[in-house]
Amino acid sequence: MAYESYVLVCGGTACCSGGGTTVVEAFKKELEAAGLKDKVQVVVTGCLGFCEQGPIVKILPQGTFYVQVKAEDVKEIVAEHLVKGRVVQRLCYDPEQAKKLVAEANIPFYQKQYRIVLRNCGIIDPEKIEDYIARDGYKAIEKVLFEMTPEQVVEEILKSGLRGRGGAGFPTGMKWKFAQQQPKGQKYMVCNADEGDPGAYMDRSTLEGDPHSILEAMTIAGYAIGASKGFIYIRAEYPLAIERLQIAIKQAHELGLLGDDILGSGFSFDIELRFGAGAFVCGEETALLQSIEGNRGMPKPRPPFPAVKGLWGRPTVINNVETLANIPVIINKGADWFNKIGTATTKGTKVFALTGKVNNSGLIEVPMGTTLREIIFDIGGGIRGGHQFKAAQTGGPSGGIIPPQFLDTPIDYESLAKIGSIMGSGGLIVMDETDCVVDIAKFYLDFTVDESCGKCAPCRIGGRKLLNYLNKITDGRGTEDDIKQLEAISDAMCKASLCGLGQTASNPVKSTLKYFMDEYMEHIKDKKCRAGKCSKLIQYKIDPAKCKGCTMCARKCPAAAISGTVKQPHAIDQTKCIKCGQCEQTCKFGAISHG
Amino acid sequence: MSKKLETMTPELRAFIEEWKAKPGNLIMVLHRVQQTYGYIPREIAIETSKILDVPLAKIYGVITFYNFFRLQKAGKYNVQVCLGTACYLRGGDDIIKEFERQLGVGLNATTDDGMFSVEAVRCLGCCGLAPVAVINGEVHGKLSSKDVTGIIKQYRDRG
Amino acid sequence: MAKLTLEDLRRLRGEKQKAMEMRDASNKDVQVIVGMGTCGIAAGAKDTFTALVNAISDKGLTNVLIRQTGCMGLCHSEPTVEVVVPGMPTVIYGNVDAATAKDVVEKHIVGHQLIDDKILDRPSIDIVKEA
Repeated sequence: MAYESYVLVCGGTACCSGGGTTVVEAFKKELEAAGLKDKVQVVVTGCLGFCEQGPIVKILPQGTFYVQVKAEDVKEIVAEHLVKGRVVQRLCYDPEQAKKLVAEANIPFYQKQYRIVLRNCGIIDPEKIEDYIARDGYKAIEKVLFEMTPEQVVEEILKSGLRGRGGAGFPTGMKWKFAQQQPKGQKYMVCNADEGDPGAYMDRSTLEGDPHSILEAMTIAGYAIGASKGFIYIRAEYPLAIERLQIAIKQAHELGLLGDDILGSGFSFDIELRFGAGAFVCGEETALLQSIEGNRGMPKPRPPFPAVKGLWGRPTVINNVETLANIPVIINKGADWFNKIGTATTKGTKVFALTGKVNNSGLIEVPMGTTLREIIFDIGGGIRGGHQFKAAQTGGPSGGIIPPQFLDTPIDYESLAKIGSIMGSGGLIVMDETDCVVDIAKFYLDFTVDESCGKCAPCRIGGRKLLNYLNKITDGRGTEDDIKQLEAISDAMCKASLCGLGQTASNPVKSTLKYFMDEYMEHIKDKKCRAGKCSKLIQYKIDPAKCKGCTMCARKCPAAAISGTVKQPHAIDQTKCIKCGQCEQTCKFGAISHG
Repeated sequence: MSKKLETMTPELRAFIEEWKAKPGNLIMVLHRVQQTYGYIPREIAIETSKILDVPLAKIYGVITFYNFFRLQKAGKYNVQVCLGTACYLRGGDDIIKEFERQLGVGLNATTDDGMFSVEAVRCLGCCGLAPVAVINGEVHGKLSSKDVTGIIKQYRDRG
Repeated sequence: MAKLTLEDLRRLRGEKQKAMEMRDASNKDVQVIVGMGTCGIAAGAKDTFTALVNAISDKGLTNVLIRQTGCMGLCHSEPTVEVVVPGMPTVIYGNVDAATAKDVVEKHIVGHQLIDDKILDRPSIDIVKEA
């Protein structure tokens, strides 16, 4: 017995609360009535995304996608679609789709994601070079080596508008051009896979899921700039990615796609892995090169830029993993195909690691110009546990916090910079009202202070001072003058630090001050943390109406801050309380709360 | 307490000799040392310095610059609690505190019986499972402070 | 069965592939693809893989090819498994623990029924196949 059709009803949280459950019941009833019980299976699914349009119903195998389906609509879907094979137009998301029954693969419009970088992730077996080859892998290298001059390759990348995905957004083609124009001789191609941003794992997933795409892209870059040697600088904390890269390099060697005289073209290129060792600053180009050379990863002033004087003093191009993953596609499909995707200034797509207080955390890739709202609410399925969206954070420790009023800003390098954040490498962290922005700023500062290499004073001392002021504020000892100090130090760090780490380290502070000054003032003036995160500002209180005088809390309290007589309401001495919260956990009557 | 001195294994020596001629070999060599012993013993660092003809000061400069290299042996079970942003937001620091409290050791320290050490690590990249702890490669996800007792017991029972 | 290490898994896969003539995909019309990135493995993809292998051999199925792939990006629902059965729509299941893996084999592959509560959408169209 096989079913002819399947009715998929989204069982995600949003759809269920929108009436998805009754839709399921209605389908079962109507199918029974229509005698289709054995021909059509009704299936409840996990979240299909697109939650704002829920409840969502999808009919397979046609892939018709119905939105905002109510129980009353079910009869019509069964009678029209499942019995007569006609699409119910008024329930379709896109009227175009309604014209005909089309195969699922041809209806891209309800999918917000568009995968160029992640094109093979989750599809091929990353340990099989044949799988990659079967999906147009190593096709771009054929084209480049046999049909294009190095100048044409650089021209194509320039024309595509591709910009570096490591964060700063420098045009990739420009970098290549600089290196290409250097006198002939030993040059190097380096892939930056030192993804140190906490909460970001785009590059790891790309390397684990599609290692050959990076090898191919590096070989193309090597050909373009005239380098015969490449290094992948990868975090030692990524054992699986390292292993898969090693397998990929070996396979590529065996098939002659790496090494001497690639495919008989006369061009030789080889790739070696170099392991990082857990230093965030090594994501900075000049520090990374220092680390490959076996030194402490301390940045150097630029210029000279690495494209002129890089690894061992030779011209070197450093591209990040995500940037490189675009290259073979640009070569295969052409710059004109690529530069139609995205916004006026930023072409292509961006991969984000969407995490934090969002329902569907995951790795997503969207065209540039997609809004945060689409990412968080359509793809991410909204905020967990029915909480409110408070802010999003992009760019990790170098980025800023984006408040709700900018949810509809189309994402590209310029628009994010305008609102005080940065694109960064792709961490996108969602916060709700239980997160304290001062605490978040402190979290990132703590990180950069720990990771500062200590070479230049603005970063080394400025970061520490910022952190001290933030600690003072979250401890309830802050003054209004501290805000001025925070602003002044942030400014100085921006202007005077040697490298990107120090120049951007104050962004979390600056952006939270800009958009959440009221919360800073609450911490300072009212000694209150509205999110309840800053433990020293929490006050535990006993509700006398609920307290039965059982004495449990007083006995548990390690600071002997609770007093009272048996069967009488107890009280907490705030001067003695150490805010450990044990009383609240102990109380059986819910009489103790904090705020 | 007298400490057993480590001796350089033939495999490690061969590895260092192989890399000796390559420029920028130091970090790769130190990775191999740590892979062999679980940390970088002083006596091995001294010997490495001799083979590579690199000053010991430079070797220690590199070791102490990078978070990944450790100068002390980790516990038999090394509890790595993730403090990436996602894990932090979902309470990773509470998990660390609970491990520290129950094991009676601070961060980057090892219990007296050598069984456990606690480490805070940067993003482990399983943010979907936040907060996460990894113990000798085994991932424990979606943790709450209440799970800590059970996890410690689980490893203690293994001996 | 004890927990497999990655090496065990590879050896097992190699043995099973030979034993069940899995090397040749052409006469395997059913495909089961398990997401084995770091996140998937952390969420238990190795157990899922083992459970699938066991269930397939328990049922004596010889037409099923099991493959691994990288991360599909659906971290909220790892481990993920994609099931391709001729005559049925290709679907991706999320949160596939050992019990669900058994269901995938028994209900989906053998019984030709989709499993409730676990289906997820492929996150995007495939640009390689796009015209």
